[in-house]
Amino acid sequence: MASLPQDSATPAVPLLDVRGLSVALPDGADRPFAVEGLSFTLNPDEILCMVGESGSGKSMTAHAMMGLLPKPHVRVAGGSLLFKGRDLVTLPEAEQRRLRGGRIAMIFQEPMTALNPLMRVGDQIEESLRAHTALRGAERRRRVVEMLDSVGLPNPAELSRAYPFRLSGGQRQRVMIAMALACEPDILIADEPTTALDVTTQKQILDLIRSIQARRRMGLMFITHDFGVVAEIADRVAVMRQGRLVEIGAADEVLNRPRHPYTRALIGAVPHGISHRPEEPRRGEPLLVAEKVCKTFHVGGGLFRAGKPVVAGEDISLTIHPGETVGLVGESGSGKSTLGRSIVGLIRPDGGRILFQGTDLLSLSRRGFRPYRRAVQMVFQDPYASLNPRHTVGDIIAQGPVAFGESTARARERARELLRLVGLDASAAARYPHEFSGGQRQRISIARALAMEPKLLVADEPVSALDVSVQRQVLDLLEDIRKRLGLAMLFITHDLRIAAQICDTIAVMRRGRIVEMGSARQVFSDPRDGYTRSLLDAIPGKAWQIPAELRQTQAVAEAAP
Amino acid sequence: MTNRDFWRGFARNKGAVLGLLLLLAVMALAAFADILFPGDPWEMATAPFQPPLSGDALLGSDMLGRDIAAGIAHGARVSLVIGLISTAVALLIGVTLGAVAGFHGGWVDDAVMRFTELFQTIPNFVLAVVLVAIFTPSLTTIVIAIAVVSWPPLARLARAEFLSLRSREFVQAAVTTGQSNLTIILRQILPNSLSPIIVSASLMVATAILLESSLSFLGLGDPNAMSWGYMVGAARTMIRQAWWMSFFPGIAIVLTVLSLNLVGEGLNDALNPKLARSRG
Repeated sequence: MASLPQDSATPAVPLLDVRGLSVALPDGADRPFAVEGLSFTLNPDEILCMVGESGSGKSMTAHAMMGLLPKPHVRVAGGSLLFKGRDLVTLPEAEQRRLRGGRIAMIFQEPMTALNPLMRVGDQIEESLRAHTALRGAERRRRVVEMLDSVGLPNPAELSRAYPFRLSGGQRQRVMIAMALACEPDILIADEPTTALDVTTQKQILDLIRSIQARRRMGLMFITHDFGVVAEIADRVAVMRQGRLVEIGAADEVLNRPRHPYTRALIGAVPHGISHRPEEPRRGEPLLVAEKVCKTFHVGGGLFRAGKPVVAGEDISLTIHPGETVGLVGESGSGKSTLGRSIVGLIRPDGGRILFQGTDLLSLSRRGFRPYRRAVQMVFQDPYASLNPRHTVGDIIAQGPVAFGESTARARERARELLRLVGLDASAAARYPHEFSGGQRQRISIARALAMEPKLLVADEPVSALDVSVQRQVLDLLEDIRKRLGLAMLFITHDLRIAAQICDTIAVMRRGRIVEMGSARQVFSDPRDGYTRSLLDAIPGKAWQIPAELRQTQAVAEAAP
Repeated sequence: MTNRDFWRGFARNKGAVLGLLLLLAVMALAAFADILFPGDPWEMATAPFQPPLSGDALLGSDMLGRDIAAGIAHGARVSLVIGLISTAVALLIGVTLGAVAGFHGGWVDDAVMRFTELFQTIPNFVLAVVLVAIFTPSLTTIVIAIAVVSWPPLARLARAEFLSLRSREFVQAAVTTGQSNLTIILRQILPNSLSPIIVSASLMVATAILLESSLSFLGLGDPNAMSWGYMVGAARTMIRQAWWMSFFPGIAIVLTVLSLNLVGEGLNDALNPKLARSRG
């Protein structure tokens, strides 16, 4: 235990003192402890960021503090959680309940599911006031309105009577924050509170959390996987890996002079907005031209009435040249995926033309479109949903070519070659998807697309479900394949940092329209549209430059394959 | 990977194991009926109204001197055959219609579902009685009648599974790699939607056995086949004088249906966690 990183900045009385905390997992889990020998402190008026990849135990730590561990399978196996000198682990249940929600409050990741859908939001905030304060009815309601006002919600009095479904994701997260702060807690735990939000909303929520923290001088424990967010708000940073704390220290220290190799690797993998790849001249005739593509969805509706129209695409025009990578960026619901899916033929647009090497794909019949299926392939977002769990990996890759008349033996052989090409062992062909990690599955997904020998690859958020270090590897793979096979790519993403890194051309979408399109360099250095500017502005941690020596290791890694 | 996991999941449920043993016993009884009780169960074997444990008849005899035990053994065949075949037919109709409706959506879905609802609005049993009464009772007509009244729930279930799986990315990936609709339905979606269908089919076998018993009880059974429902029905007027005549066939129905329900539940336990895991 001597090698555990020591926490240098410890004033006399920490608000929260975690000593040697261990959380045991049930038998048969991939490791015996979710959290092992974890020690750190949280001081008043401080933001401590806990970073780590998925499965590192950062959420488990928060859940242990809030008594939210799924007992009896997962339990605190050792150590203590001292809140102002009292141990939360051994405290009787009733005492714990008084602290929970009152003195220690938590904000969850998913604002869509964290609120009770059948209760008005005002009533939900009132509940914690009723449990923890002596306020009477009218006072309570006044306090609720006050709270909603303080988190920057418009029309707080009216909004307190609304049901959650009427609110947007950002508004719900504000309501969650209001609820957590209603009793003026000493400690606020925020478990990835902005991960499910769009980048501009994320910025607003981060600003809000930081200003409230500063005003009330709370201890804030902020759990995240995003180093940009860390750079934006942290006073101190704790880095976790597989249930252990690998490094803790002041934000400036950890971000700019990381000592532990794991931290260095993590920071090295963070996409950074400043570097673009060298501009390549466009070659030859356009491969794909989309002209004035329109699509309107009808939500709801039934046999006798039409649904509410939602415009997902309006006059979208886009050109992709051979070998070019076009980035399509925008917030959720901006219509990026609709365009991508229209190009691969999963969605039929209402109007416009999509010309592939001069042929209008939309004018073709099902049969006529079939030969073009091969030429345009897609890599999907969710590596867990995009592979059929009942088929072997070899089958999954071979199915496409077999559907186009290739012999099964030949297609299987090719599948094994492709698995090697995407950096997996050829023996993977005989195994099932659930035996692979997210990053590996995404490699399989890429191999499946490549099996069709496409000319254009549509990648719909291919790395957004992956951890940052894995993200890096998959992006490197895509880049390597693009170079080797001369593929054109339409890369759909909400993360501008990634788009900046791997795209030649960037198209910014908002509400079904392309508001700006230009070379990556131009869009990032000289954005013309106000919306593009606000997107760029909202990238968390812009001010932070990844330490030069780590960036170099990255460049070496890029040159290697 | 699948087989061992499956049996471990199944064996974790003690009730399911018991159910399986019971079911195997009933199957053995049906298979060896001719050896255990040679001859026709309709033939007179001993004196009428013999109570259980009397000399010739272990479970007693009925008003015509027929052996109750022999009737139960031969009746097991009828019950199991009707239960299994009618469920298989119902599966064929239900899953096909549900798959087509769920996969294609839109007006095809509307049309198929309205057709399904048409069947669901008529009480099952009444429809079965009408069908059997129209087409003179025989094993074939009974199987068809039971299948016709029991497919709608399967169709709805298959439709729901197909609807949710159709929008999954692996199905869309199959579309973009040019696989035909039939391949997608049979190879991509169907294997992933089978678990809940298998579970409800196992419960449906139990329902079919009950339906057949009820039909026979009303005198709409196959007049040439000894069945449990017929035995209960024929003995109902004698229940106060000779309780064993309806009691033992009744117990046979209860135990068989119970065993099927237990097995169904065990299948549910064994198949669903895996489903949850693979859905990740």
